Amino acid sequence: MSAKVNAALPLEYQTEQNRMNILGFWIFLGAEIVLFATLFGVYGVLSERHAGGPGQSDLFIVKDVLIQTFLLLTSSFTMGISIFEMRRSNKKGMLMWLVFTLLLGGGFLFMEIREFINYVHEGATMQTSAFLSSFFVLLGTHGLHVTIGIGWAILLIIQMLQRGLTPVTARKTFIFGLYWHFLDVVWIFIFTFVYLRGLVM
Amino acid sequence: MDNHSKGFPISHVIGFFMSLVLTFGAAWIALQSSLSMTAVMWIIGTLAVIQAGIQLYMFMHINESNDRIANNINIIYSAFIAVVIVAGSIWVMTSGHSH
Repeated sequence: MSAKVNAALPLEYQTEQNRMNILGFWIFLGAEIVLFATLFGVYGVLSERHAGGPGQSDLFIVKDVLIQTFLLLTSSFTMGISIFEMRRSNKKGMLMWLVFTLLLGGGFLFMEIREFINYVHEGATMQTSAFLSSFFVLLGTHGLHVTIGIGWAILLIIQMLQRGLTPVTARKTFIFGLYWHFLDVVWIFIFTFVYLRGLVM
Repeated sequence: MDNHSKGFPISHVIGFFMSLVLTFGAAWIALQSSLSMTAVMWIIGTLAVIQAGIQLYMFMHINESNDRIANNINIIYSAFIAVVIVAGSIWVMTSGHSH
Protein backbone atom coordinates (compact mmCIF):
# COMPACT_ATOMS: atom_id res chain seq x y z
CA MET A 1 0.00 0.00 0.00
CA SER A 2 2.73 2.41 0.95
CA ALA A 3 4.34 2.01 -2.46
CA LYS A 4 1.52 3.92 -4.18
CA VAL A 5 2.72 7.49 -4.55
CA ASN A 6 0.49 10.38 -5.58
CA ALA A 7 2.91 13.09 -6.63
CA ALA A 8 0.14 15.71 -6.95
CA LEU A 9 -0.15 15.90 -3.17
CA PRO A 10 2.30 17.55 -0.75
CA LEU A 11 5.15 15.21 0.26
CA GLU A 12 3.66 14.28 3.63
CA TYR A 13 0.37 13.04 2.08
CA GLN A 14 1.84 11.14 -0.86
CA THR A 15 1.61 7.59 0.49
CA GLU A 16 -1.26 5.75 2.15
CA GLN A 17 1.04 4.97 5.09
CA ASN A 18 1.72 8.70 5.61
CA ARG A 19 -1.98 9.59 5.43
CA MET A 20 -2.77 6.91 8.01
CA ASN A 21 0.05 8.14 10.30
CA ILE A 22 -1.29 11.70 10.12
CA LEU A 23 -4.87 10.58 10.81
CA GLY A 24 -3.57 8.48 13.71
CA PHE A 25 -1.83 11.50 15.17
CA TRP A 26 -5.06 13.51 15.00
CA ILE A 27 -6.73 10.75 17.03
CA PHE A 28 -3.86 10.92 19.54
CA LEU A 29 -4.45 14.68 19.80
CA GLY A 30 -8.11 13.92 20.59
CA ALA A 31 -6.90 11.82 23.53
CA GLU A 32 -4.55 14.64 24.57
CA ILE A 33 -7.51 17.05 24.62
CA VAL A 34 -9.26 14.74 27.08
CA LEU A 35 -6.07 14.40 29.20
CA PHE A 36 -5.80 18.17 29.53
CA ALA A 37 -9.57 18.44 30.11
CA THR A 38 -9.24 16.27 33.24
CA LEU A 39 -6.45 18.54 34.53
CA PHE A 40 -8.47 21.69 33.74
CA GLY A 41 -11.43 20.09 35.53
CA VAL A 42 -9.31 19.45 38.65
CA TYR A 43 -7.96 23.00 38.55
CA GLY A 44 -11.47 24.42 38.07
CA VAL A 45 -12.70 22.55 41.16
CA LEU A 46 -9.70 23.31 43.40
CA SER A 47 -8.59 26.77 42.25
CA GLU A 48 -10.21 28.55 45.20
CA ARG A 49 -8.89 26.17 47.91
CA HIS A 50 -5.93 28.26 49.04
CA ALA A 51 -5.59 26.65 52.51
CA GLY A 52 -4.21 29.92 53.91
CA GLY A 53 -1.44 29.95 51.32
CA PRO A 54 -0.87 32.50 48.55
CA GLY A 55 -3.64 32.98 45.98
CA GLN A 56 -3.55 33.64 42.25
CA SER A 57 -3.29 37.43 42.53
CA ASP A 58 -0.38 37.14 45.01
CA LEU A 59 1.62 35.01 42.57
CA PHE A 60 0.82 35.81 38.93
CA ILE A 61 2.84 38.55 37.24
CA VAL A 62 0.98 39.97 34.22
CA LYS A 63 4.08 41.02 32.27
CA ASP A 64 5.77 37.60 32.53
CA VAL A 65 2.60 35.75 31.51
CA LEU A 66 2.18 38.01 28.47
CA ILE A 67 5.81 37.41 27.44
CA GLN A 68 5.36 33.62 27.78
CA THR A 69 2.18 33.78 25.72
CA PHE A 70 3.85 35.91 23.06
CA LEU A 71 6.81 33.49 22.80
CA LEU A 72 4.57 30.46 22.38
CA LEU A 73 2.19 32.17 19.92
CA THR A 74 5.13 33.29 17.81
CA SER A 75 6.67 29.81 17.90
CA SER A 76 3.38 28.37 16.61
CA PHE A 77 3.54 30.89 13.75
CA THR A 78 7.19 30.07 12.88
CA MET A 79 6.28 26.35 12.96
CA GLY A 80 3.57 27.08 10.37
CA ILE A 81 6.11 28.91 8.19
CA SER A 82 8.48 25.95 8.51
CA ILE A 83 5.81 23.60 7.07
CA PHE A 84 5.04 26.23 4.41
CA GLU A 85 8.73 26.21 3.36
CA MET A 86 8.77 22.40 3.46
CA ARG A 87 5.94 22.39 0.90
CA ARG A 88 8.00 24.63 -1.34
CA SER A 89 10.78 22.00 -1.04
CA ASN A 90 12.96 24.65 0.59
CA LYS A 91 14.85 22.49 3.08
CA LYS A 92 17.11 25.30 4.27
CA GLY A 93 14.21 27.65 4.97
CA MET A 94 12.27 24.88 6.64
CA LEU A 95 15.16 24.04 9.00
CA MET A 96 15.80 27.71 9.74
CA TRP A 97 12.18 28.33 10.82
CA LEU A 98 12.17 25.08 12.79
CA VAL A 99 15.25 26.27 14.71
CA PHE A 100 13.50 29.61 15.39
CA THR A 101 10.53 27.63 16.69
CA LEU A 102 12.77 25.70 19.07
CA LEU A 103 14.53 28.85 20.30
CA LEU A 104 11.15 30.45 21.06
CA GLY A 105 9.98 27.24 22.75
CA GLY A 106 13.19 27.20 24.78
CA GLY A 107 12.58 30.83 25.78
CA PHE A 108 9.07 29.93 26.89
CA LEU A 109 10.41 27.01 28.94
CA PHE A 110 13.08 29.22 30.54
CA MET A 111 10.40 31.75 31.59
CA GLU A 112 8.15 29.00 32.97
CA ILE A 113 10.90 27.32 35.01
CA ARG A 114 11.97 30.71 36.38
CA GLU A 115 8.34 31.40 37.30
CA PHE A 116 8.05 28.08 39.17
CA ILE A 117 11.34 28.73 41.03
CA ASN A 118 10.05 32.17 42.08
CA TYR A 119 6.81 30.62 43.36
CA VAL A 120 8.70 28.05 45.43
CA HIS A 121 10.86 30.84 46.89
CA GLU A 122 7.67 32.66 47.86
CA GLY A 123 6.54 29.54 49.73
CA ALA A 124 4.10 28.39 47.06
CA THR A 125 4.93 24.72 46.48
CA MET A 126 2.88 21.74 45.33
CA GLN A 127 2.28 20.84 48.97
CA THR A 128 1.01 24.28 50.03
CA SER A 129 -2.62 24.02 48.93
CA ALA A 130 -5.03 22.21 46.64
CA PHE A 131 -4.94 25.25 44.34
CA LEU A 132 -1.15 25.00 43.95
CA SER A 133 -1.17 21.19 43.55
CA SER A 134 -3.61 21.40 40.67
CA PHE A 135 -1.84 24.47 39.26
CA PHE A 136 1.57 22.78 39.15
CA VAL A 137 0.16 19.54 37.71
CA LEU A 138 -1.69 21.36 34.90
CA LEU A 139 1.15 23.75 34.05
CA GLY A 140 3.78 21.05 34.59
CA THR A 141 2.06 18.65 32.20
CA HIS A 142 1.99 21.36 29.54
CA GLY A 143 5.64 22.29 30.22
CA LEU A 144 6.62 18.60 30.02
CA HIS A 145 4.93 18.39 26.61
CA VAL A 146 6.92 21.42 25.42
CA THR A 147 10.15 19.85 26.73
CA ILE A 148 9.45 16.54 24.98
CA GLY A 149 8.54 18.49 21.82
CA ILE A 150 11.90 20.28 21.81
CA GLY A 151 13.78 16.96 22.15
CA TRP A 152 11.61 15.42 19.42
CA ALA A 153 12.31 18.30 17.00
CA ILE A 154 16.08 18.16 17.62
CA LEU A 155 16.01 14.47 16.61
CA LEU A 156 13.92 15.38 13.53
CA ILE A 157 16.43 18.05 12.50
CA ILE A 158 19.28 15.52 12.78
CA GLN A 159 17.35 13.01 10.65
CA MET A 160 16.48 15.71 8.11
CA LEU A 161 20.16 16.65 7.77
CA GLN A 162 21.12 12.99 7.29
CA ARG A 163 18.35 11.84 4.94
CA GLY A 164 17.13 15.04 3.30
CA LEU A 165 13.53 15.95 2.52
CA THR A 166 11.70 12.69 1.75
CA PRO A 167 8.02 11.73 2.11
CA VAL A 168 8.92 10.07 5.42
CA THR A 169 10.86 12.98 6.96
CA ALA A 170 8.23 15.42 5.60
CA ARG A 171 5.46 13.43 7.28
CA LYS A 172 7.36 13.33 10.57
CA THR A 173 7.92 17.07 10.49
CA PHE A 174 4.27 17.72 9.60
CA ILE A 175 3.16 15.59 12.56
CA PHE A 176 5.54 17.47 14.86
CA GLY A 177 3.94 20.68 13.55
CA LEU A 178 0.48 19.40 14.56
CA TYR A 179 1.81 18.61 18.04
CA TRP A 180 3.40 22.04 18.42
CA HIS A 181 0.25 23.93 17.32
CA PHE A 182 -1.76 21.76 19.72
CA LEU A 183 0.48 22.84 22.63
CA ASP A 184 -0.23 26.44 21.70
CA VAL A 185 -3.99 25.71 21.79
CA VAL A 186 -3.62 24.23 25.29
CA TRP A 187 -1.64 27.29 26.38
CA ILE A 188 -4.39 29.64 25.12
CA PHE A 189 -6.79 27.91 27.54
CA ILE A 190 -4.23 28.01 30.39
CA PHE A 191 -3.66 31.71 29.70
CA THR A 192 -7.40 32.43 29.73
CA PHE A 193 -8.76 30.13 32.44
CA VAL A 194 -5.78 30.02 34.81
CA TYR A 195 -3.90 33.33 34.49
CA LEU A 196 -6.50 35.86 33.34
CA ARG A 197 -9.24 34.30 35.49
CA GLY A 198 -6.86 34.29 38.49
CA LEU A 199 -6.03 37.95 37.97
CA VAL A 200 -9.71 38.95 37.61
CA MET A 201 -10.83 37.08 40.75
CA MET B 1 -3.76 22.48 -1.38
CA ASP B 2 -1.63 24.21 -3.99
CA ASN B 3 -2.53 27.68 -2.79
CA HIS B 4 -0.59 26.96 0.42
CA SER B 5 2.62 26.14 -1.37
CA LYS B 6 3.35 29.21 -3.47
CA GLY B 7 4.31 32.80 -2.83
CA PHE B 8 3.79 34.53 0.47
CA PRO B 9 2.32 32.63 3.46
CA ILE B 10 -0.56 35.09 3.76
CA SER B 11 -2.94 32.81 5.69
CA HIS B 12 -0.26 32.19 8.35
CA VAL B 13 0.44 35.90 8.73
CA ILE B 14 -3.28 36.67 9.05
CA GLY B 15 -3.69 33.83 11.58
CA PHE B 16 -0.73 35.05 13.63
CA PHE B 17 -1.99 38.64 13.59
CA MET B 18 -5.48 37.51 14.67
CA SER B 19 -4.00 35.37 17.49
CA LEU B 20 -2.07 38.37 18.81
CA VAL B 21 -5.16 40.63 18.64
CA LEU B 22 -7.30 38.02 20.42
CA THR B 23 -4.68 37.34 23.11
CA PHE B 24 -3.92 40.93 23.98
CA GLY B 25 -7.59 41.87 23.53
CA ALA B 26 -8.53 39.22 26.10
CA ALA B 27 -5.80 40.48 28.47
CA TRP B 28 -7.04 44.06 28.06
CA ILE B 29 -10.69 43.10 28.72
CA ALA B 30 -9.69 41.05 31.78
CA LEU B 31 -7.29 43.55 33.33
CA GLN B 32 -8.45 47.00 32.23
CA SER B 33 -12.23 46.90 31.80
CA SER B 34 -14.68 47.30 34.67
CA LEU B 35 -17.05 44.52 33.55
CA SER B 36 -18.26 41.92 36.05
CA MET B 37 -16.26 38.71 36.57
CA THR B 38 -18.97 36.63 34.85
CA ALA B 39 -19.08 38.90 31.80
CA VAL B 40 -15.27 38.94 31.54
CA MET B 41 -15.05 35.13 31.73
CA TRP B 42 -17.70 34.67 29.01
CA ILE B 43 -15.98 37.14 26.70
CA ILE B 44 -12.41 35.88 27.15
CA GLY B 45 -13.61 32.24 27.07
CA THR B 46 -15.22 32.91 23.68
CA LEU B 47 -12.05 34.61 22.44
CA ALA B 48 -10.02 31.54 23.52
CA VAL B 49 -12.31 29.19 21.57
CA ILE B 50 -12.06 31.43 18.47
CA GLN B 51 -8.28 31.41 18.78
CA ALA B 52 -8.20 27.61 19.09
CA GLY B 53 -10.26 27.49 15.88
CA ILE B 54 -7.74 29.73 14.13
CA GLN B 55 -4.92 27.36 15.13
CA LEU B 56 -6.88 24.34 13.93
CA TYR B 57 -7.98 25.74 10.57
CA MET B 58 -5.21 28.18 9.59
CA PHE B 59 -2.11 26.49 11.08
CA MET B 60 -2.99 22.81 11.46
CA HIS B 61 -4.92 22.63 8.15
CA ILE B 62 -7.53 20.29 9.63
CA ASN B 63 -9.57 20.51 6.41
CA GLU B 64 -6.95 19.83 3.75
CA SER B 65 -6.39 16.06 3.89
CA ASN B 66 -8.70 13.41 2.48
CA ASP B 67 -9.55 12.50 6.06
CA ARG B 68 -11.05 15.90 6.81
CA ILE B 69 -14.42 14.48 7.89
CA ALA B 70 -12.81 11.99 10.29
CA ASN B 71 -10.52 14.74 11.62
CA ASN B 72 -13.41 17.11 12.26
CA ILE B 73 -15.58 14.47 13.92
CA ASN B 74 -12.63 13.41 16.09
CA ILE B 75 -11.82 16.94 17.25
CA ILE B 76 -15.45 17.99 17.78
CA TYR B 77 -16.10 14.80 19.77
CA SER B 78 -12.95 15.41 21.88
CA ALA B 79 -14.03 18.98 22.52
CA PHE B 80 -17.48 17.72 23.60
CA ILE B 81 -15.90 15.22 26.02
CA ALA B 82 -13.60 17.98 27.31
CA VAL B 83 -16.56 20.29 28.02
CA VAL B 84 -18.45 17.47 29.77
CA ILE B 85 -15.42 16.64 31.95
CA VAL B 86 -14.61 20.23 32.91
CA ALA B 87 -18.12 21.68 33.28
CA GLY B 88 -19.47 18.44 34.77
CA SER B 89 -16.71 18.19 37.39
CA ILE B 90 -17.08 21.80 38.46
CA TRP B 91 -20.86 21.55 38.55
CA VAL B 92 -20.92 18.35 40.63
CA MET B 93 -18.18 19.45 43.00
CA THR B 94 -19.53 22.94 43.67
CA SER B 95 -23.26 22.24 43.86
CA GLY B 96 -23.09 18.88 45.65
CA HIS B 97 -22.09 20.15 49.09
CA SER B 98 -24.75 22.79 49.48
CA HIS B 99 -27.77 20.46 49.14
